[in-house]
Amino acid sequence: MQDSLNLQSKLTAPNQPDTVLRAENVDIYYGKYRAVQGATLNVPKNSVVAFIGPSGCGKSTVLRCFNRLNDLVESFSLTGKITYHGTNLYDRDIDAVEVRKRIGMVFQRPNPFPKSIYDNIVYGARVQNYSKGQFDELVESSLRRSALWDEVKDKLQESGFSLSGGQQQRLCIARAIAAQPDVLLMDEPCSALDPISTLKVEELIHELKQNYTIVIVTHNMQQAARVADYTAFYNAQVTDGGGKVGLLVEYDQTGVIFGNPREKTTQDYVAGRFG
Amino acid sequence: MSTMNPGVENIALSLKKKPSSPSSLFGLLMTGLSGLCLTLTIIPLFALLGFVSYKGFSRIFENFPTIFTKLPPPPGLSGGGLANSILGTLIVVSLATLIAVPIGVLAAVYLSEFSGDSKLANGIRFATNVLAGVPSIISGVFAFGLFVAPLVKDGKGLLGYSAVAGAIAIAVLMLPTIIRTTDDALDIVPQDVRWAALGVGAYNFQTVLKIVLPAALPSILTGVTLAVARAAGETASLIFTVLFSNFWPRSIFEPIATLSVLVFNFAVVPFAPQQELAWAGALILVFLVLMTSIAARLITRKS
Repeated sequence: MQDSLNLQSKLTAPNQPDTVLRAENVDIYYGKYRAVQGATLNVPKNSVVAFIGPSGCGKSTVLRCFNRLNDLVESFSLTGKITYHGTNLYDRDIDAVEVRKRIGMVFQRPNPFPKSIYDNIVYGARVQNYSKGQFDELVESSLRRSALWDEVKDKLQESGFSLSGGQQQRLCIARAIAAQPDVLLMDEPCSALDPISTLKVEELIHELKQNYTIVIVTHNMQQAARVADYTAFYNAQVTDGGGKVGLLVEYDQTGVIFGNPREKTTQDYVAGRFG
Repeated sequence: MSTMNPGVENIALSLKKKPSSPSSLFGLLMTGLSGLCLTLTIIPLFALLGFVSYKGFSRIFENFPTIFTKLPPPPGLSGGGLANSILGTLIVVSLATLIAVPIGVLAAVYLSEFSGDSKLANGIRFATNVLAGVPSIISGVFAFGLFVAPLVKDGKGLLGYSAVAGAIAIAVLMLPTIIRTTDDALDIVPQDVRWAALGVGAYNFQTVLKIVLPAALPSILTGVTLAVARAAGETASLIFTVLFSNFWPRSIFEPIATLSVLVFNFAVVPFAPQQELAWAGALILVFLVLMTSIAARLITRKS
């Protein structure tokens, strides 16, 4: 009982020592439309947190708030707090670009730059003004960590598009790692991949957990069960006006979410009864 | 086989082609008609190329290679060449490209990347389309009034008749093509790629300079080349602004010869050698434009 209480405070209470990212009473709006309501959660260091839930429940929207990528959406606004090591990312004097250097992102569809494999990887280092001398080493270590090195070491100057979909996605992960972030956000990184590539990416996530904190959005519940330490279940709720709003229903250890969730909707969702 | 369903034969029959049915005949007729129209559209192109070649080649062969190295002869005399006009066309078009490309590409970058599809941006897009419809003589008059004609009585014009004034007039004509093709080219660069660049911590300008522009470069080059090809043949705006010269270009702030104005001037004089030179000039001009267009195609194909 004491353990479960500790865990709950670790996952939701403010000022926990090993919290890297924290969302606190976050409401997200597009214009006047409220897309997500009242999300509060902690992302503990060196853990993998999965966001699951049906389409349109706001899980990707919340994810993109963690590195301020939603800034690019004109009508976007947010109330509440999103903190990174205790600093509110939405304070006026925060540079979104600096945020994104520390909190990297891997997208749903593989999106390599139209450049060589080598240039794809060093792009992040280049824009961050690292010295050129370390580039070769950076490319090798990033590709090794993303388990792509053996497949591409002889063709680093070929275009990133010459790779298969699964390889492209691992290239994108290598590119994100090469920018030397602290946190990796992954927005359905395997939804465009075949099962074998998916397995490789999942193994990679296990590896990366040693050095990074990872938040992953996934539609695939088995994937969440396989890779995540903690799982947050979001659901879309119909509002009085007839619209939909995303709600964080339950956030707990992955085993609890899939084995013995507190909420009925979570149980129904993980059992495959809707969504 | 004996147990074959009796209906099967009817099905086989109904699947056969019926060449004499009304719809088959109509289809045939329409195919023929569209083929005929295609032929009719191609005829002028080949007729033009053929005629210009026929009229122009003899003079080029006759005076080869001095036609590319000598000045045009005095009225009535034969011999001479088009060297100053070829050089002049290259100078004026290069100047116009130098003016139009940076302005056009940067304007398109603003429209596509930084304007956020505001009302202002859409207004500018509309204005660009209007500019594309401006007849070349109007841009010529515009440059003439602004840079060539004296702004005050008895004063001198800002530039006078000069290559620069002509280049400005032509640059105005090139701008809409460059802005539109660049805008479109930037538009089709996938949004994913911009996110990816921002996701690894690039500033907006780094994303545009290092990722978006290089990705769109082939299409931008095509647009620029098309604009250059159009500019090379421009005559109306040059008559007002560059004038003509029978001598080697000495400065870009003086009147200089261009192929298009040479064709315009020499085609109507009553001397056969000059008329022949006009045809030769026309052929060289067509050839230059053709080369630029082919270069544009090659650039796009390469990527």
